[in-house]
Formats: sequence, structure tokens, C-alpha cells
Amino acid sequence: MDLQTWIWLLVGITFALYIGIAIWARAGSTKEFYVAGGGVSPLANGLATAADWMSAASFISMAGLISFNGYDGSVYLMGWTGGYVLLALLLAPYLRKFGKFTVPDFIGDRYYSNVARTVAVFCALLVSFTYVAGQMRGVGLVFSRFLEVDINTGVIIGMIIVLFYAVLGGMKGITYTQVAQYCVLIFAFMVPAIFISIQMTGNPIPQIGFGAAGEDGVFLLDKLDSLHRDLGFAEYTSGSKSKLDVFFITAALMAGTAGLPHVIVRFFTVKKVSDARKSAGWALLFIMILYTTAPAIAVFARTNMIETVSNQEYDKLPEWFTTWEETGLITFNDKNGDGKIQYTADSKINELTIDKDIMVLANPEIAGLPNWVIALVAAGALAAALSTAAGLLLVISASVSHDLIKKMIKPDISDKGELVAARLSAVVAVCVAGYFGINPPDFVAATVALAFGLAAASFFPAIILGIFSKKMNKEGAITGMIVGILVMLFYMLKFKFDWFGGGAKEDWWFGISPEGFGTVAMIINFTISLVVSKFTPDPPKEVQELVENIRIPSGAGKATH
Amino acid sequence: MKISDQKKYWKTNLKYLAILLTIWFIVSYCCGIIFVDELNTIRMGGFKLGFWFAQQGSIYVFTILIFVYIKLMNKLDKKYNLDS
Repeated sequence: MDLQTWIWLLVGITFALYIGIAIWARAGSTKEFYVAGGGVSPLANGLATAADWMSAASFISMAGLISFNGYDGSVYLMGWTGGYVLLALLLAPYLRKFGKFTVPDFIGDRYYSNVARTVAVFCALLVSFTYVAGQMRGVGLVFSRFLEVDINTGVIIGMIIVLFYAVLGGMKGITYTQVAQYCVLIFAFMVPAIFISIQMTGNPIPQIGFGAAGEDGVFLLDKLDSLHRDLGFAEYTSGSKSKLDVFFITAALMAGTAGLPHVIVRFFTVKKVSDARKSAGWALLFIMILYTTAPAIAVFARTNMIETVSNQEYDKLPEWFTTWEETGLITFNDKNGDGKIQYTADSKINELTIDKDIMVLANPEIAGLPNWVIALVAAGALAAALSTAAGLLLVISASVSHDLIKKMIKPDISDKGELVAARLSAVVAVCVAGYFGINPPDFVAATVALAFGLAAASFFPAIILGIFSKKMNKEGAITGMIVGILVMLFYMLKFKFDWFGGGAKEDWWFGISPEGFGTVAMIINFTISLVVSKFTPDPPKEVQELVENIRIPSGAGKATH
Repeated sequence: MKISDQKKYWKTNLKYLAILLTIWFIVSYCCGIIFVDELNTIRMGGFKLGFWFAQQGSIYVFTILIFVYIKLMNKLDKKYNLDS
């Protein structure tokens, strides 16, 4: 069978599967819509969390980023997994015991204030919308490259699928499709990695393979380091970012991960506190499989790529090179007219530019793997993008229908009415996300990474203090959240978008990049919250009792209003 | 549950958190970032040790830490009869 048939076949089968699950798992009440009825098993929730968490960025972009940045790419690996330790130890069990539907629910009740709730809703919407636009774009990219349809048609097909199971099934539909999507995406990620690991090192386990030696007896990493030196790049295993910046970016990604609303709500769907802990463990185990394979793929792809193209005659390159050239994601400009490709760090003589995002997608082709493996990767990338998009859309619709309408505008709305409102807001959210997917504003790519900084600067301190400090009051938490998110927005707008006079890399405060600044904003939030709460009245007695109560796991009951 | 028991339960929990988060900090921030150059002088097969911690080791330890916490807390819940 040829490649196109394989791709249509595999993508078709997986999509039919997702739709089938959505029809089977329709939501009949708001509780089913927001938290899947609260009876999801820890294992299923772990699988769903892993799929929810691993987005187009993890599946498509991360290995590519590591491939080009070497050691510097470690910030994503440690940051996006280390956050789960914080989640499992510091947040998930207590939030499950608290037992409501959304993160603004917790902030609003714990800080006994609708101002706090509103600030939280605003932060949740800001974080989720920036994130979801990137996912829809990822869906469009995969469609346009692999299914040879227009990128806009791709986004619209993706929208219809997500619409179908998110609107119909709510959290219940999303949970069970995410379980299926995890299986698809991990299989799609591992198969080519194992193939290539055997090809290059003879070892079927990629995690071990990339530390092994190739056929010539030289360790793969040593070979890559010397290739990098020869071409003038920073050594692969050393990187070029400052230590301080690596430290701050890692911390911002960890705290941001633990503060992302679409990840936190997944822990509201299990039966009891111990299940919340267990599902965090399962989630990280399932994430670990992909995250420890990604750096191996990065090394294989980088070595393969350099050896295939560097100093080779342009006319004799394999077919994949020209296919990707047509998409504009690889460009070759023969500056010195010798017909060969010069690939170096020196931008004056370098003739080749490669988009980081294509490394995972092109990897099976570069390694010459069979067509069905390439088709599998396309289906896996779609699973990763769709599962995350659905999780984010649910947060957006719950913020509108539950936090805004039910809790603030119209508290007497019936359960049925709220369910209709939830579905309608999901429809609107899908359309907005699709619009941004088709007309991506320049800031999408930049802000997806910064969404973590925003979450770290706002939610993370407010939730941690709400659990671990009984005396934290609304004045402290609200000022902390507002100042934290404003400082983060200011720094991001100044150095990423040239507002407020802009600034170059040399002007960064203490040499900290906007991606790492979330950590600074988070520390500012913590400090301000603690200082302000010292000079303002203690929270009421009921709230202090609430804090005592969420620290003890028994009697969690089911998630209720 | 008695108030004194609640306090004891919470104190033990905080002790576990302190120990596990210290390990969390050591494997990622110390081994993977701060002392990465020193550790890179040590080799484990084809891996430089600091690089390995940053891209592999830290993630394995993170996962183990969560499962250890699950075990410890399940035991603690049982001791205080909170495992309903």
C-alpha cells in the first residue's frame, strides 16, 4: 500500500474510534460534564492525564527542540515532568478532598471572595486560550503535510472532531477518548524510536541506545559532539544557555505545570484522595515513557540528519528532502554555487535552514522506515493535539458556565440549564480556537511557552498557600495573584513584543529570559501574599476549618457543588 | 478523629514532603543544572553523568518519588484509620 492510503486508513480508524467512544460516553448531568461523574479509576485517569498533558508540543516539537539545542533542551524534560512531583505531593490530594469542579472554585471558596474567583477565571481563560490555539495549529500542520489538504481545511476537520466529543461527552467523553488517544500516541512515538535505535546502535531500547556506540564503535553522543564542533555549533552535551537561566526556566515550567488548570481538573474526576495520589503516579509513569524517549530520538535524528545532508550534493539527496522543501519547512540556498549543502553555525556561509518542528515527523522518512510507520506518526500527532485541545476546551467552557454563570451571574440556574450553557460555551470556545488556528496571531508560538510562566505567577502560589498556610487571607492572595500576573505580563510584553520600550537580550534583568521570568514573578507573588496577609485580618473561622479539613483525606465524598 | 491525631498526621505528612522534595531538588537542580559540569567529567558508558541526569535520570527519580509517596501515605492513612 502506498503512503497516502496508509495515512487515510490509520487516521480514519482512530477518528472513528474517538467518535464511537464519544457516543458511548455521553454526559447527562453537569457532574458528568465537568468531572466525568467523579468515578474514574486511577489507572484510567493516569492515562487520560498523560494524553491531556502531552500536547502537539510534546509529541511534535519537543524532540526537535532538544535535537537543535542539545543540553539546553533539558529544561523541557525536567520542567515538564518535575512539575508532576509538585502536583502529586502538594496539590492533587488536597484539591480532590476539597471536591469541587474547577480551579476558580477552589480560589473563590478558599479566599471567600468573588474578586478572587474572577481573577482566577481571568487567569484560567488567558492560560487556556493561548495554549489551545497552538494545538489547533498543530492539527492543521499534520493534515496539510500528511493528508495533503489545505491547512485551513485541516483545522476545520479537527474542530469538528473535538466539537463532537467535547460537546457531547464533556469530561466523561474526553476522559475515555484520552485513554484511547494515549495508546495511539505512545505506540506511534515508540515504534519509530525502537526501529531507529536498532538501526543505529543494535539496541532495541532507545533510552539505552542513545548512550551506546554505533557501528563504527564510537559512542553516539561523542560522535555528535564532534560533528557539532566541526560545524561550529555549541557541543551537544553542553549547550550554550547560562546556568542561571536554565535554573529559572526549569523552575517556571515545573511550577507552571503544577498550576495549569486543565491538568488540575483531571484530579477532580477520581473517587477519593488516595486515588488522586495514585493517578498522579500513573500519569507521570506514562509521561515518562515518552519523555525519556524524546532525547534519544533527538540524538538519532540529529546525527542522521547531519550525516545525510552535510556536504552532500544537492541533486543526490533522498526524496524526503524535496518533499519537506515543498512545505517550506526546509530551505536550501546554494550561496557559493558548488551544488553541495554547507550546514554550519556561521549564518554567513550556512545554506540550510530546518524548522525544528519537523524532526519527529520527518524522522521515520529520514531513517527510511516503512510507510505504515510514517502513517502511524501522523495519527499519533493528531491524537496528541486533539486530546490536549479537548481538555483545554473543557476548562474554558467550565469557567464560563460554572464559575461565571452559575457562581456569579445566575446562581439559581437549573442543572439542565447549566449543562446547556456548558455545551454552548464549549461550541463558542471551539470556534474561537479554530479561528486562531486558521489565523494564528504572531504571539501564539511565543505565548504557549509563556502560558507556563503565567500559571506559575498566578495560580501556583495562591493554591499552595491556600493549602499550607491557614492564615493566608483574601487580601494577601488577591494582591499576590494580580501583582504576579501583571509583572509576568509586563516582562513578557517588554521583551517578547517590544512594548514599554522593548529590550534586547542584554537588557534582561539578571540575564533571565522571559521564559524563566515566571519563577521571579512567582517568588514576588509568594512574598507579597505573605507580607500583605500579616497586616490584614485573618480569614474567617469557617475558612480555617476548611483548610484543616482538606488536609485530612477521609470522607472526601463525591465532587459536589 | 482527635485534634491531636490530626496534628500528628499533618506533621508526618510534612516530614515526608520535606524529604522527598529535597531529593527532587537534588536530582534535577543540583545534578542536572548546578553541578552538571563537575558530573560530566564522570562517564557512564556513552553518557556524561550530568547530561544523563538532566535528560534521563531526573525523570526516573521523579516517578519513583511519587510512588514512594503513595506508599508512605497509604500506610499513614491506615495507621490513623483514614483509608475509608
